[in-house]
Amino acid sequence: MFESKSGVFLIAGLFFFVLSFVVMGLLPWMMYINEPEQTLEDLVADGVIHEFAELAEKFPDQFAQHFPDGVTRNSFAEALQRGHDIYVAEACWHCHSQQIRPVSGEDLRWGPVSHAREYQNVLQRPVLFGTRRVGPDLIREGARHSNDWHVAHFHTPVNVVPTSVMPRYPWFYDDDDYPNRDGMSIITYVQWLGSWLAEYPYYRGEGPSGDTLGHVEKVTEAAVTP
Amino acid sequence: MTAASPSISKDVSNVSLNDLVNEKLVLWHFIASLTYVMIAMLAGFLFSLQLLQIYPFPEMELFSPGRWRMVHTNGVAYGFIANAFLGALYWAVPRLTLRRVLSVKLSWFIFVAWQVVVLSTVVGLLTGYAQAVEWGETPIFIDPLAVVGLILVACNFLTPILKSEGPMYVTLWYFIAAFVWTILVYAMGNYIPQFFVGGTAAGAIAGLFIHDLVGLFVTPLGWGLMYYFVPILLKKPIWSHGLSLVGFWGLAFFYPLNGIHHFLYSPIPMFLQYGAVIATIAVELVVTTVVVNFFLTIRGRGDALRTNMPIRWFYIGMVFYFTTCLQCAFQVSLTFQKIVHFTDWVVGHSHLVMFGVFGFWIFGIMTHLLPRLMGAKGWYRTAWNEWHFWLTGIGMLVMFFDLTIAGLVQGFMWRDLAVWEATLTASQPFWLLRTISGSAIIIGQFFFIFNILMTAVYRHSIEPNSQSSGVDPVAPALAS
Repeated sequence: MFESKSGVFLIAGLFFFVLSFVVMGLLPWMMYINEPEQTLEDLVADGVIHEFAELAEKFPDQFAQHFPDGVTRNSFAEALQRGHDIYVAEACWHCHSQQIRPVSGEDLRWGPVSHAREYQNVLQRPVLFGTRRVGPDLIREGARHSNDWHVAHFHTPVNVVPTSVMPRYPWFYDDDDYPNRDGMSIITYVQWLGSWLAEYPYYRGEGPSGDTLGHVEKVTEAAVTP
Repeated sequence: MTAASPSISKDVSNVSLNDLVNEKLVLWHFIASLTYVMIAMLAGFLFSLQLLQIYPFPEMELFSPGRWRMVHTNGVAYGFIANAFLGALYWAVPRLTLRRVLSVKLSWFIFVAWQVVVLSTVVGLLTGYAQAVEWGETPIFIDPLAVVGLILVACNFLTPILKSEGPMYVTLWYFIAAFVWTILVYAMGNYIPQFFVGGTAAGAIAGLFIHDLVGLFVTPLGWGLMYYFVPILLKKPIWSHGLSLVGFWGLAFFYPLNGIHHFLYSPIPMFLQYGAVIATIAVELVVTTVVVNFFLTIRGRGDALRTNMPIRWFYIGMVFYFTTCLQCAFQVSLTFQKIVHFTDWVVGHSHLVMFGVFGFWIFGIMTHLLPRLMGAKGWYRTAWNEWHFWLTGIGMLVMFFDLTIAGLVQGFMWRDLAVWEATLTASQPFWLLRTISGSAIIIGQFFFIFNILMTAVYRHSIEPNSQSSGVDPVAPALAS
């Protein structure tokens, strides 16, 4: 049996593969089956929209051109989805992880350790854990920098961070170097990352729960937050 | 269907190998393979320039470094390795089974279809249609064609294998399993995380896919080809058939259970991570069987390393294989993962596996077969093969150590909460050395390709030399 063609075909080829899929794939799948996957509408309903709204204030003419509906849930959803698609297409996820590990001081550097629930949504399909960090982790990036910073940074990263090795993305801008639809979408997406946390924004002393002095306390809390 | 009559296997001496093997198919798959490896290396070179802040085309969307990074990895897996393996399979399977593949027309169709798959993947990635599955970035609309192609490949090769009689040589076990696995792995990795499940569970499946692509597609075909070519080139049987049997079943059982080790300390449940770590360490023991079998087969024939270029490629590839697997046994531990995950250490590891091991074995097979496939008695310049070997080998070795040390520097700086920008500055010298060693590898390939071209041009006037063995034993003699 073990040296026959059918043995190799059935036991090794099929049975062991299925076994591994059950153990390594189906098992985690079943563990989260009751954790509902949030749709884009859910995300937008819970989402913090003010960075998107600020783009509309900063670039009123361009924003009106690219998002004619104005700052609505629909246009926010559209920008998020498009920003995510650009994030995938440009392979941002190959140099930026979206996952805080509970080791190596990562919670001190980036913020609260990642929780499985955070990935149960359509914008993590397929999941964007990432396997390499040439640049910083981005899962807590929302509101870490201002929209202005991102507008300058996506255009020519070294102008903002001289040691940066991030590529330039001039095609996110129109002829007058204002962010175009793609530019506004990717900024909206990046600013959204982490905005679902109670601690948001983690890095700045403003926004729903923020105060500058609270920073250290939050770090301590983060270490025990599941 | 043009299968040979059953009586053929009764009388091996009457079999004409020339009727069995379509050498043009082998040659064209090798040409495609070498074309893609040059494209993939160009892509890797371009991306490495970005890390040095000297990228030449910063304004051009089609030359965005991130997109070329995906061309690099996909080009190596589906362009370079898949094509080279297909070529080698068209050589080895008919010889091991004494039967033709299912159909020559189908074979040529597969050849064209596969190049369409790879080329459209490259175009798709460059125009912004990547899928967010590492190593499965192939655009969603190309995936069905790739799956159909893989099914046709399986039909084409399984037909002669399943028809052959008598005991099967171990190479064929690996091939049978690999054909089944590759289809399943590709379909699983490209469809399930996209359409059936999201989030953390999809991460587990994506990890399974990354690992299975190496473990269930590249590894079994690579091992199978080693078990075929090494005894033939050395003109002696493998050291232990029993050990190869243990290696096969060990691989089949343990290798697929490794997937989650790509995402240790992620939100994936910890008990599954522990399971993956233990299975991975078990794989290192399995790997040892093939390494031991190889080194004990070659024992007493050390002279072949000097005189026989293919054996030298196999040998250094096997040394790298042992290195990379030993490294993996440490790297997979939770202790190492704290520091090395997300760093260049892992990049060095994957380069050593995919290029230093399987790439080197492929170069060995090509060095062995190409002159004959082109109708030459030997290589135009054996010295250029030496240049190919030494530039590629030293380049690979330097790149591996460079990236491994870079990974440690990055990992410890991160742990010590160094400012992020400082870790970039610290990486710069390592990235410079990586570009230099990568350039050495590319120059090595130019020697090889130029040698191939000159051999093709002067194929009628070349005298036989040691680096193209005229060895042509009938394979089943080894399958005892």
